[in-house]
Amino acid sequence: MIKTDIIIIGAGPVGLFTVFEAGLLKLKCHLIDALPEPGGQCIEIYPKKPIYDIPGYPSILGYELVENLMEQIRPFNPGFTLGEPAVDIKKDVDEQFIVTTKQGTQHKAPVVAIAGGLGVFTPRRPPISNLKEFENKGVNYIIKDPELFKEKDIVISGGGDSALDWALYFANDFSKKVTLVHRSQQFRAHNDSVQKAMDMASNGKINLILDSEVSAIEGNGSLESVKIKSKASKELTKINCDYWLPLFGLTPKLGPIANWGLEIEKNAIKVNNSDDYSTNIPGIYAVGDVNTYKGKLKLILCGFHESAIMVQSAFKRIHPNKKNILKYTTVTGISGFGE
Amino acid sequence: MENEINIELIDREGALHNLIGPTDVNLNLMELIKLHELPVDGTCGGMAMCASCQIYVLNDVVSLEKSEDEQAMLDEAWHVQDNSRLACQIPISKEINGLKIELAPFNDDNHDDDW
Repeated sequence: MIKTDIIIIGAGPVGLFTVFEAGLLKLKCHLIDALPEPGGQCIEIYPKKPIYDIPGYPSILGYELVENLMEQIRPFNPGFTLGEPAVDIKKDVDEQFIVTTKQGTQHKAPVVAIAGGLGVFTPRRPPISNLKEFENKGVNYIIKDPELFKEKDIVISGGGDSALDWALYFANDFSKKVTLVHRSQQFRAHNDSVQKAMDMASNGKINLILDSEVSAIEGNGSLESVKIKSKASKELTKINCDYWLPLFGLTPKLGPIANWGLEIEKNAIKVNNSDDYSTNIPGIYAVGDVNTYKGKLKLILCGFHESAIMVQSAFKRIHPNKKNILKYTTVTGISGFGE
Repeated sequence: MENEINIELIDREGALHNLIGPTDVNLNLMELIKLHELPVDGTCGGMAMCASCQIYVLNDVVSLEKSEDEQAMLDEAWHVQDNSRLACQIPISKEINGLKIELAPFNDDNHDDDW
């Protein structure tokens, strides 16, 4: 069991900055995130896109902001549970919270700060009616163990880096047959990957089907074939395969947080913004894009402000007999926790 | 009003909404739809990187010419038709006064309970 002062659910920019604000008050934090690395949307959706509304930075790229935040919180030595979505929260006999991830890792703290952004990043699933029937029975959205696909017939859908990179990997004398299906002639992936895929298609290593999409899947218990529909002719071609990998990236959804007994409004957690961003459950706070209140603006800078206010209330809760402090970093700098 | 335009929007239940959009604050159509509290996600914040603001253009007020980024995103989105656009890529300007649009269906995966 991992024990800390504040469990932060979500390691996006606001979750990361919460570590800083908590650290100034000598509160220790542990972050949980479903993604394998910190940064949230800034890393998953727009690492190379500029953000223009961070005070003091006329322009900063998504990944740069995350790098800077990681450097800023390093003195406070936060813990991380990454690649594991938080799925359950319950109260222990001592009134502290226990947060458990999908993989079963348990965390305990008197305060939980939900900085979950728009939710847990999950694979984008194409709208095929019987898709769920074949999930993990031939349909995989994430490749955890490439060995599974050795010497198999696989069909990959998508036009981004993930689809191209895996197609190239599997087509390189690894899988029996690789078919890559994309709805356009153009790819969104790196040019050199696209060129490699074209080369492999011309020497027969990849069966490249463009301007088409998988429109149906069939099998008896497990996947046996996909039907590929041509955009122009609407003709259907059946391809036998062991696996279909629809690799269309990830999208956030609120996920299990919605079932934790928190007051939800417009797909976000309702908080008391006139006071301390607390939810309807005392000891659980919500900051950043995941919360809502009258006049809420979903901006990173607003999340930063919310976390500064929130940790003051968390401090009071954790140390009811101590006087609240407001730390001005300009005078004394940062004193961290050491390694 | 001098700096306002009108846009007609049909929501996913078929109801018609009249949106009034200011042309002088650098808004895009996704932001205008959200301003009217109509259900588009706009997950990526207007970077043509999620297709959660997909709409169908029902009249020829706005050109269907798209940037490479927008087209590439639509190539990987669902429920795409020839008249699909990403609302976040359409600036609110006088040129699109009288535009009529329809919201594309939600991405199923974003709005079901099974995560």
